[in-house]
Amino acid sequence: MTKPKPPIAMLAELTHRCPLSCPYCSNPLELTRQEAELSTDDWSRVFREAADLGVLQLHLSGGEPAARRDLEDLVRAACDAGLYTNLITSGIGLTERRLRALDEAGLDHIQLSLQGTTPEMADEIGGYRGGFARKLQVAEWIGRIGFPLTLNAVLHRRNLHQLPRALEMALEMGARRIEVATVQFHGWALKNRDALMPTKAQAEEATRLVAEARTRLKGQLVIDYVPADYHSDYPKRCMGGWGSTGLNVAPDGTVLPCHAAQTIPHLRFDSVRELPLAEIWYEGAAFDAYRGTEWMQEPCASCERKTVDFGGCRCQAMALAHDPAATDPVCIKSPRHVDLQARAAAHAAAAAPLSYRSAPGKPVPTPAE
Amino acid sequence: MDPAAIPTLPRGVRLHRDRVREQWVLLAPERAVTLDPIAHAILSEVDGTRSLAEITEALAARYAAPPEQIAADAAGFLQALHARRFLDLSA
Repeated sequence: MTKPKPPIAMLAELTHRCPLSCPYCSNPLELTRQEAELSTDDWSRVFREAADLGVLQLHLSGGEPAARRDLEDLVRAACDAGLYTNLITSGIGLTERRLRALDEAGLDHIQLSLQGTTPEMADEIGGYRGGFARKLQVAEWIGRIGFPLTLNAVLHRRNLHQLPRALEMALEMGARRIEVATVQFHGWALKNRDALMPTKAQAEEATRLVAEARTRLKGQLVIDYVPADYHSDYPKRCMGGWGSTGLNVAPDGTVLPCHAAQTIPHLRFDSVRELPLAEIWYEGAAFDAYRGTEWMQEPCASCERKTVDFGGCRCQAMALAHDPAATDPVCIKSPRHVDLQARAAAHAAAAAPLSYRSAPGKPVPTPAE
Repeated sequence: MDPAAIPTLPRGVRLHRDRVREQWVLLAPERAVTLDPIAHAILSEVDGTRSLAEITEALAARYAAPPEQIAADAAGFLQALHARRFLDLSA
């Protein structure tokens, strides 16, 4: 196998702490405690190693990255390393003063999450009263300072009808981009499929609305769309291909090919506390495991789409087919596709209360099923 | 595209020398666009003060190329960046 190309993007999960408790959180069920988080100096070194490795885009995420008191120092360190810095935030924990300090530190861009377009919806989904009002205030400060803004609307059965209003809100906030992201069922979301799975009709309506808005708002608002993949015929090109373009660093320094990779039990992960990032990327066993196409089974191995979607998501193959090297069951060529579509319809027709994400160090609530 | 329009890279979009891959890229919110030498030459002329017509003229002189060809290449490229909100155009 030829030497892998360097990564373009790194997701730095600075902390798992978060004031919100969204039931679809992509953090793992086992959350890292504050005492185990990397220090300011550790992260600063990792940012320099990432830039030397070829990373161009740094996404500062969490949890809620604003929960780190040293966020301003981390942004400065990332900018000094030459990285393009993107802050992925709910807005909670940011003040006008902190935003101005982040501006001074060199922050390039902000991605603001949206849990709903009304206070009732947003605060219920986020599990945080007053969160929506606070977010609107933060959006105003962001606009005043002039940060480029992407609104990230996370959609599911309960709030998909709010998509038109989310598009309007993006325009009102002066966002250049909106991510219309249907919930992907990993992490905490997997426990909430009965509560959150959209119906097929909802998924189709969202696709239609996005296509219409892309034409109407061309040159004004860029729309990135993540469709409801249980209802799709082909799987997502997860992470742009395993170990090909991006990597995640967890709060404790564990380096992951994707945020859910720890759900694949046989994989062993390296840490930036022990090894240089470049060595982990080029030689780490977890990155090598599903890189390229040699690991594939049928029907992926002989499929003409194998370098289009790389067989879909490995973690989803693990969760739904109990084999991380299987074809993602979303794929129409998977022997499990028909069964998955039936299960998606059953989840969409079910009724269940939201099972919220817990806090680091707190026990995981008993699953609903 | 109006030749009098003045292209500007908005905040959050910038040229960057990728020292690892030894090439120029345009960095934008959550995107990195690889630039070939022509694309880099065009964007190097974008300074927020000169119009598309002036940029075309400068490029044609520098590369001793037909201005119509340069104008077509530059307009197509910049229009595509504008559609992705990587470039502002003001009259």
